[in-house]
Amino acid sequence: MTTLPSQTDTKLGLVIDLDTCVGCHACVVSCKGWNTQNYGAPLSDKDAYGTPEGTFLNRVHSYEVQPDQGPAQTVHFPKSCLHCEDAPCVTVCPTGASYKRTEDGIVLVNEDDCMGCGLCAWACPYGARELDLMAGVMKKCTLCVDRIYNENLPEEDRVPACVRTCPSGARHFGDLGDPNSDVSKLVAERGGMDLMPELGTKPVNKYLPPRPKDTLDCGVALNPVAEEAKGFLGWLDNALEKM
Amino acid sequence: MHPAPSVIFFTAFSGLGFGLLAFLGLGMPGLNGWLAFTFYFIAYAFAVGGLLASVAHLANPKNAIKSFSQWRSSWLSREGVLAVVTLIVTAIYAIGRIFFDTSMPALGAVGSALSILTVFSTSMIYTQLKTVPRWNSPTTPFMFVAYSLAGGALLAGQVTLALFTLALYLLIVAAIAQLLNWRVGDQRMLTSETNLGTATGLGNVGVVRQYEPPHSGKNYLLNEMVYVVGRKHARKVRRISFVAAFLIPVLALLAFRDAPHIGGMLAIIFHILGVIGSRWLYFAEARHVVANFYGK
Ligand code: SF4
Ligand code: SF4
Repeated sequence: MTTLPSQTDTKLGLVIDLDTCVGCHACVVSCKGWNTQNYGAPLSDKDAYGTPEGTFLNRVHSYEVQPDQGPAQTVHFPKSCLHCEDAPCVTVCPTGASYKRTEDGIVLVNEDDCMGCGLCAWACPYGARELDLMAGVMKKCTLCVDRIYNENLPEEDRVPACVRTCPSGARHFGDLGDPNSDVSKLVAERGGMDLMPELGTKPVNKYLPPRPKDTLDCGVALNPVAEEAKGFLGWLDNALEKM
Repeated sequence: MHPAPSVIFFTAFSGLGFGLLAFLGLGMPGLNGWLAFTFYFIAYAFAVGGLLASVAHLANPKNAIKSFSQWRSSWLSREGVLAVVTLIVTAIYAIGRIFFDTSMPALGAVGSALSILTVFSTSMIYTQLKTVPRWNSPTTPFMFVAYSLAGGALLAGQVTLALFTLALYLLIVAAIAQLLNWRVGDQRMLTSETNLGTATGLGNVGVVRQYEPPHSGKNYLLNEMVYVVGRKHARKVRRISFVAAFLIPVLALLAFRDAPHIGGMLAIIFHILGVIGSRWLYFAEARHVVANFYGK
């Protein structure tokens, strides 16, 4: 059914720290690896040894942010499905392939039902859905539903592949519906934000903004040791000035 | 948005076909036998041809049958259900007209209403998308339905004075709907709150600029939703399609008042070309909010 559940038991999702992400794309690679070998159709590549083009469920953009004052900052920005509470991608789906789970709020595509119309990808504001052109079905982040409950894996591996892989600890996984969970506390503490809140999708995933940069007291790093050139350099400076 | 020929063909021709079915259901023109067959043949060729084009757009058409299941929530599903129901209802009415020389006016009227409802639901597939601010306005259904009725009236032929006058007025209404759609669409783009700052949440920190894209090649998102060529030629295509869809047909109808077949034929040909141009632009000009992430 492509109507949304009025409420879910938990709200599993990711918290992504834009302050710590170093833009290494390790999460992109591990996501592709896990999701190509496990649930559903593999994520295909076209022309892998030419101009590559392929399906990914997670992508890392890189931005420069120029504040009013002070130097610009770089921010690496991983982006995948935000498992929205009011997910427009689900309600537009004509076949019932797209759905939001009542137990944990994960948004999934049942590939046996998908007809590859692509309307859900149009409805998603975040570019979180990509139609796999080889399989003809819609692919999206599953929050590694085949890892997080998988008792065949050691406990520390029962998190999404991207979270397990991130070398800088910029990705956190947990229940954002529980105000006492670690992720909820992190969001409260760091002012976690929604992407495009104006579109009313109510994303479960949150982003932690970069921490404010500290500032130096003096304008320059070192005070100059000599204001005027003396000796040979002073003579050269004068001589060149006169020429 | 990528102006895929299949969706342009789908919206243009299913609109024309259902528009004609709406008039035929009301007995305009009220023909029987072979003549009725000819008109119904054209209407079905357009409507069914358009629907088949939309199936060609699917990456996995073997599951298309499942798209009738979610009519409670999905406009695309509703559109499919309504299209099939409409085709069946109008077919029963058409059989009466073609083979039994009888008219079932109540059934015909229901068929007409369903035809318009089908076009309305087609337009809602696009109207509902908040992600494409240009489409997300009441002018979209108004325009789709107005185009469908104007095209339907033209296709119904200018044999009676009533049809002639109706075609003329409906063309003018559709022209107004089109101008309104462009205007409101332009405004939506200007007043849209969404930008790279809200998309990344970094707008509070400063001015955001992409310095490195997430991938070196193209991908589905760029191909499908970040189509920028159309925006460049928008003004020119607007003028051309407007002249073809409305100005020439109106002039042709008026100029050939005494020879309605010639005037009607000219009007239909130019109108169809204009509809295709306008639909191309409808897709090509529309900007999806995901383009923000790519700084496009
Ligand atoms: S991020 Fe996009 S695909 Fe994921 S739930 Fe939200 S709208 Fe749907
Ligand atoms: S592409 Fe598949 S999942 Fe998406 S709306 Fe179409 S049928 Fe549903």
